[in-house]
Amino acid sequence: MAAFVSREVQRRIEELEIPWGPFGVDPYGVSKKHLAVGFSMAEPFFKHYFSVKVLGADNVPSRGRGMLVGNHSGGIAIDGMMVIASMFFAKNPPRLAQGMVEKFMNRVPFASMFTGKLGQFVGLPEHCVRLLEDERLLMVFPEGARGTAKLYRERYDLVRFGTGFVRLAMRTRSPIIPFAFLGGGAAVPSIYNAVSLGKLMGAPYVPITPYGLPVPLPVKLEVEYGEPLVFEGTGAEADNVIEGYVEQVRTSIMAMIERGRQRRENFAEQTLKQFRAGSSEAP
Amino acid sequence: MKVLITGIAGATGRIVAMRLLEAGHQIVGIDKRSFPNAPEGIDMHRVDIRSRPAEDVFRTTQPEAVVHMATVTHLVARSEDRYRINLGGTRAVFDHAHRYGVKHVVFVGRHTYYGAGPESPLYHTEDEPPTAVSSFPELADLVAADLYAGSALWRMPDMTTTVLRMVYTLGSTGQGTLASFIRGPRVPRILGFDPLFQFMAERDVATAIEAALKARIRGVYNVAGPPPVPLSTLITETGRSSIALPEVAYRLALGRFGLPKLPAAALHHIKHPVVIDDRAFRNATGYTHKVSEGEAMREYRNAFPVVEG
Repeated sequence: MAAFVSREVQRRIEELEIPWGPFGVDPYGVSKKHLAVGFSMAEPFFKHYFSVKVLGADNVPSRGRGMLVGNHSGGIAIDGMMVIASMFFAKNPPRLAQGMVEKFMNRVPFASMFTGKLGQFVGLPEHCVRLLEDERLLMVFPEGARGTAKLYRERYDLVRFGTGFVRLAMRTRSPIIPFAFLGGGAAVPSIYNAVSLGKLMGAPYVPITPYGLPVPLPVKLEVEYGEPLVFEGTGAEADNVIEGYVEQVRTSIMAMIERGRQRRENFAEQTLKQFRAGSSEAP
Repeated sequence: MKVLITGIAGATGRIVAMRLLEAGHQIVGIDKRSFPNAPEGIDMHRVDIRSRPAEDVFRTTQPEAVVHMATVTHLVARSEDRYRINLGGTRAVFDHAHRYGVKHVVFVGRHTYYGAGPESPLYHTEDEPPTAVSSFPELADLVAADLYAGSALWRMPDMTTTVLRMVYTLGSTGQGTLASFIRGPRVPRILGFDPLFQFMAERDVATAIEAALKARIRGVYNVAGPPPVPLSTLITETGRSSIALPEVAYRLALGRFGLPKLPAAALHHIKHPVVIDDRAFRNATGYTHKVSEGEAMREYRNAFPVVEG
């Protein structure tokens, strides 16, 4: 096991501010050993396969409660995994981002066990409040399952946001750190979501790509973290007040997505130009 | 203070009785089981809590406080008797206590009240409803007893009622739901699940009950000891080995091949955790646990070593 865990992962695990008990688990059952293995498996994907570019990691508070709020990108959970990896590999000292997983996961053998041991709990408001009050870093995708179901042509879109996350952030006085995730839609270019197939497997749906299975392609991914947003209040405010705050978060994410999209398109155009120039010179 | 303890002959009951005796209280005990070598200071009555002689004990001894520990666990095979003890017994205790001027009743309940399930949160607080009772009918009598005890808070406002929802006990007595479950050399687990288990040493149960009596708190409180550990850790640290079976095979194997016989719905409790938040109790009474998770597991391991061969 130890040989499999890289020295960097080992060092970063030790730097995490988590109250480990005598048996290497925290009070929530997050396991040091499982984190080491999980991050060692994510490391080559984060660094090489997707070579994830991380911008604005310093906007995330280095300790204390915080809520990372961003867009879904890619039909399977690579967005969540890479955001967690970015907080671990690209932030100093590292932090463990704890996401909220779909309820069906907890019924599935192994998935239930591993998500729990990696600090990813079922998306219940009780879990959100408790983790934030315990000064943890939460990762929230307010688009929910509607967001993971985005198809390739919708990859830069944002679907409707839930409002619960803003209420929870206000109730626990937690800063919201908006983030934009880019490239997931190109890595898993879903053209169709197979709902019946998903039902058979106990999942909401299975994304289908032009090449069949939702195996992610080695596309360069980007995560950008924006300035923290703090909303004062109790979280019990009227809907129109809360919706205003949700819109602020959404606008901030949208702006980062737009900037990222231009960056990516410029890069693609230039690469294409270079390629064309190169190929016309060749013969 | 004169304290009456029901279920005193149980492993935890004895430890609680000894502790309260050492603390200078007068102890009256009720249990239909015998309590051999009971210390002299204990006024032991071998009667069934639901019987007429039990009421006589309340009348003649006039206790100031009652600790009601005579409830039976859910993780045993179905038993009609269990319903009668848990519900009928609890009713009798509260009725007698109220009639004979008891000032404080402590109901010792269980944290399994909250039930285990794929969608239930980690760290239950006292305000949560018992959501898992629909999927686990065997829990119904314990949940009902808990809620019935809680109803004394408004039905009998002149009497102080404390409902304690305690985690599993683990220690050298080897008694209790969890301790019995892991007794064998090989403990069955369900493949792909490794829930957290929360337990406390019997000594800490005594400490907590003593603290509840002293602070004379009103209301419903979760009581726990050290932080929970995964089932896999519990099994290895108590010197056992685990066999992980797929759920389907597990259901078929229950009660066979030396595996414990459990109600089918009990599998939820081996797949999903029941973990409680006990901060309210600690804040109200100043209670702190003394025995760590490592010590509790070590004590159990030393008291019940696995004999190979």
